[in-house]
Amino acid sequence: MPIHDFVQDTSRWMSDEGPYSDIVISTRIRLARNLIEHPFPMLQSEHQADEVIERVRAAIGSPEFAEQGGGNFELIQLDTITGLDLKTLEEKYLISSTMVEHATRGAAAIREDELVSIMINEEDHLRLQVLLPGLQLAEAWETATRVDDLLEAKLNYAFDERFGYLTACPTNVGTGIRASVMLHLPALVATGQINRVLSALGQVGLIVRGVHGEGTEAIGNLFQLSNQITLGVPEEEVIQSLESVAQKIIEHESQARTYLMQESREDIEDRIARSFGILAYARRLSAKETMQRLSDIRLGIDLGVIKGISKNILKELMVMTQPAFLQRKSGVALAPGERDFRRAELVRDKLRSGAGHI
Amino acid sequence: MLCQRCQQRDSTVHFTKILNGEKSEIHLCETCARENGEFMIKPGEDFSFHNLLSGLLGFENGGAFGQIAGMQKPQITRCNTCGLSYQQFAELGRFGCADCYHSFGPRLEPLLRRIHGGATAHTGKVPHRAGGIIKKRLQIESLRSELQQKIQLEQFEEAATLRDRIRELEQQSEAGGN
Repeated sequence: MPIHDFVQDTSRWMSDEGPYSDIVISTRIRLARNLIEHPFPMLQSEHQADEVIERVRAAIGSPEFAEQGGGNFELIQLDTITGLDLKTLEEKYLISSTMVEHATRGAAAIREDELVSIMINEEDHLRLQVLLPGLQLAEAWETATRVDDLLEAKLNYAFDERFGYLTACPTNVGTGIRASVMLHLPALVATGQINRVLSALGQVGLIVRGVHGEGTEAIGNLFQLSNQITLGVPEEEVIQSLESVAQKIIEHESQARTYLMQESREDIEDRIARSFGILAYARRLSAKETMQRLSDIRLGIDLGVIKGISKNILKELMVMTQPAFLQRKSGVALAPGERDFRRAELVRDKLRSGAGHI
Repeated sequence: MLCQRCQQRDSTVHFTKILNGEKSEIHLCETCARENGEFMIKPGEDFSFHNLLSGLLGFENGGAFGQIAGMQKPQITRCNTCGLSYQQFAELGRFGCADCYHSFGPRLEPLLRRIHGGATAHTGKVPHRAGGIIKKRLQIESLRSELQQKIQLEQFEEAATLRDRIRELEQQSEAGGN
C-alpha cells in the first residue's frame, strides 16, 4: 500500500467501535525489541541502521510471515517522505514523536489495516505496536505476541535469561511491554472524583497521564493509563491487572454519569448543548477548545442528549483536527491562526452534515 | 554580555559544548537560542527519566556523600563491546548495546530494583529460538557436572558417552544461534 493511503484517511482504530467504547477510546500494546550483534540505535552507524531496516524488511517480506497470519506490511523509510506525511503518521499514532524528530535512518512498517505498526530504529531497533478501538487488551496482546513470534523466527533478538528482552532504556527491560488504555472520563472530572481515583493507581504499579496535556492536565477529559513495571511481571499479569483496573474505572465513570443525570441533569444538558452550539457554528476554534467541546459532545451522545451523531466523532476529530491533517486537507501550509479557522470549518461540516440534533 | 548571534540582545542562555575534547562556550539570547533549535531543550523534555536516572545513579556511585568521605573515585567501567562507560550511561540514561547489561552487571541491580518495584529478574515471555538455546545450555551445564563426577569415579566409559553428548548439544546450540 503506498504512503498516501496511510496519510489520507482515518485508521480502523478511529472508525471502528470496540468493547466499552462509551468510555474506553483505544487500547495499545507496545513491545520493545532489539537485535543482537548490533549496537542500539543511539550508537549505531548509518550503515548499521540500514542493516536493521533490511533485516526487518526481509522478516516481514518472508513467505512464512504472511502464511502464518502476520499480515501485509508496507515499509516506509522515513527520510524518503515529506515532513507533512511524517507528521500525519504521528497524528494517527502510527509513529512516535521521537521518530518524527529523529527521522533519519528510521523506518516504519505499517500493516494494511493500520492496527499494527513496527517502528524501526527508534529508541530500540524495533517497537512493535498494536492499536485497537475500545477495551481489547487480551486481543491486542494476542496480536502483538503472534507478530512478535513471526518476527523472532527470522530475527535474532537480544534476550537474556536473567534480564529478559534487552532494551536501550532500563525502564523497558524484561518484557519490553507497555500496555495502555485511553479513557474518556468526563463525569469523574465533573464530579471531582478523578484525583481520588488517579492517586490510587500509583499504588498498583500503573501510571496515568493526560492525553495531549502537559503534566497531569488532561485535555478533553482523556487519560492514558499504562503499566510502569516491565521486569519480574509476566505479560499476562500486566494485562490482567490493567484490565481489572480499567474495568473498575469504567464502573466508577458509569456511576458518576448516572449521578450527574440524576442530580444535575439541567446543568449537564446545558453544558452539552452549549458545546454543540459552539462547535456547530463557531468560526474559530483552538485545538484545546475543540478537544474540550468534543468531550462534551461525546458525553452528550453517550447520555442520549445528542442524537444522530456517531460516537466515533471524538476519536476521528481528535486526529483530524491536528495541524498536519488540517494542512493536508486544505492543501497549503497554514499558520497557527489560519488553522483555527480551518479547524472550525472542518468541525462545523462534520457536525452539521449528519442528522445530529438535540 | 551580548548575544553572539544577533549582537543585539543580552545573552541569557549559556552553553558549554565539548566536542572531541575541545571545549567551547556559546552565549545566546533566548530568541536566538530557540531559533537555533539544536541547543534548546523543549519544555517537558528537561525532566525526563533520563535526567532523573543520573540522579539515581549518583548515589550508587557514592555520589555527593562519597566525595565528602574522601572515598576513591570509582574505576571507569566500560562496556567491552560498544565502549560506553558507566558514567555515560548514567548521563544518557540509555545503554549502547545488549552487552552493556553484562558489562555493568552487578551495578545495575539497585537501579533495576528501584525502577521495577523490587524485581531484578525476568519472568515472562521467552523467545522460541533463544529459549531453546537457553534450555540446551542448562542441559549442557548439568551434563558437565555429571561428567566431572564420572571422571572422579573413574567411570571413563560413561564419561566418554557424556562428553560426546555435550559436544553434540554444543554444536546444535551454535547452529541455532546463527
